[in-house]
Amino acid sequence: MSEDGKDINIKVEDSATTESQETPPKKEVSSFRLVATLAIAGALAGLLIVSVNQHTKPIIDKYKAEQLQIAVYEVLPGAEHYNTFYLVNDELSLTLPENAKESEYKRIYVGYDASGKVNGVAISRGEPGFQDIVQVIFGFDPSSGKLSGMKILDSKETPGLGDKIFKDMAFVEQFFAGPETPLLGVKIGAGKGQPNEIDMITGATISSKVVIRIINHALEEWTPVIDKGIPPAPTSSTETSVDTLADQEAPQ
Amino acid sequence: MRTTTPSQDFIRGIWNENPVLIQMLGLCPALAVTNSVANALAMSAATFFVICCSSILISAFKQFIPSEVRISAYILVIATFVTLADMLLQAYAPAQHKELGAFIALIVVNCMILGRQEAFSAKNNVFRSLLDAMGTGIGFTIALVMMGGFREMLGTGSFLGVSLFGPNFEPWVIMVLPAGGFLTLGFILLAMGYFEQRKKAKEALTAEASS
Repeated sequence: MSEDGKDINIKVEDSATTESQETPPKKEVSSFRLVATLAIAGALAGLLIVSVNQHTKPIIDKYKAEQLQIAVYEVLPGAEHYNTFYLVNDELSLTLPENAKESEYKRIYVGYDASGKVNGVAISRGEPGFQDIVQVIFGFDPSSGKLSGMKILDSKETPGLGDKIFKDMAFVEQFFAGPETPLLGVKIGAGKGQPNEIDMITGATISSKVVIRIINHALEEWTPVIDKGIPPAPTSSTETSVDTLADQEAPQ
Repeated sequence: MRTTTPSQDFIRGIWNENPVLIQMLGLCPALAVTNSVANALAMSAATFFVICCSSILISAFKQFIPSEVRISAYILVIATFVTLADMLLQAYAPAQHKELGAFIALIVVNCMILGRQEAFSAKNNVFRSLLDAMGTGIGFTIALVMMGGFREMLGTGSFLGVSLFGPNFEPWVIMVLPAGGFLTLGFILLAMGYFEQRKKAKEALTAEASS
């Protein structure tokens, strides 16, 4: 133990750890050895992390895909299956341009009923909430303009207050009751009975407003695109990864 | 030379030198994630894993680490295990991982872990270091679960998600907010200080009487 080492030692040491040791005359350690030690340790650490990541990444990705799939069916009640459409050059497309990265494209999920007709569109969007980005997915019927459901995918809103946007079922159920859009947030009891009103949560006004704002912004952005028409899609299984997951669940 | 037994190494971290309640280390997670018992347990488990693995590795390789770069080496080892814990939690306990958020990554800078490496693992054999790490980890768990228990009981009226007081209980919302963490820690320390003082006064009295 070098002298400067003892200075840095934290003060809470107990009798056991401050054994009196004769400090042996220390040889100068070459800087090469210092660098080599850290380099080897760093390389080993990297190797360990990469190998564990290889193992956990598929599990994490699968979980996320499953969560998204469950959410899409939750916000589109009555949907038998759905297709993922990407926004390519302001138009909806089932396929991506060649050599394109999937994650760079915005997308919506179009749900179909048993007869293969479009019964709703699910859109996911995130915006800053009270603490961090709130990621919302909601279902929307383009023919009537009514919402069919809403689910919070990710949020770090204050536990006990802001997290009521997904824990307070009275709030969540309003989005499943088919409100008209654009949504209007009102204080409980202050509503005028309009079909687009959503009662906000007392004590979580900011978080409630965020949810309503996200849905309205997403509709502003996507309605013009959806109004251009949703391209016909094969009713049988398509090649998108989420759909293959969906097909595995349905009894063939 | 050695003044402690293995059992003392183990017990020390649990009570006499409890990392949170006596040493005042690792207060950031103790304040931040103790708004429910489940979160406190997940945080404690992750920290326990990191401190045990780091202590084993560092005490095993202590001869090879030049003292000039030992702090960097310790942080490197700790950061590696934290990253592993982060990925494993995300894969196998996604709900808890979502709740704990950034605080998992911040275990790296928990001075309690670095403190045990510097003060103990760097000077003792693997077995002793593991005992010390386990004791410290358990002490950390006790402190966090204690805080999480008080805060969840008062703040949401439940314990581990089980409702305790029925529907008419009005939760003390402040207890699950950050301020509640400071209040809880303050009151726990106050109680501990009070009993410590009484114990000392009693000892002084008996010593006086016997002399």
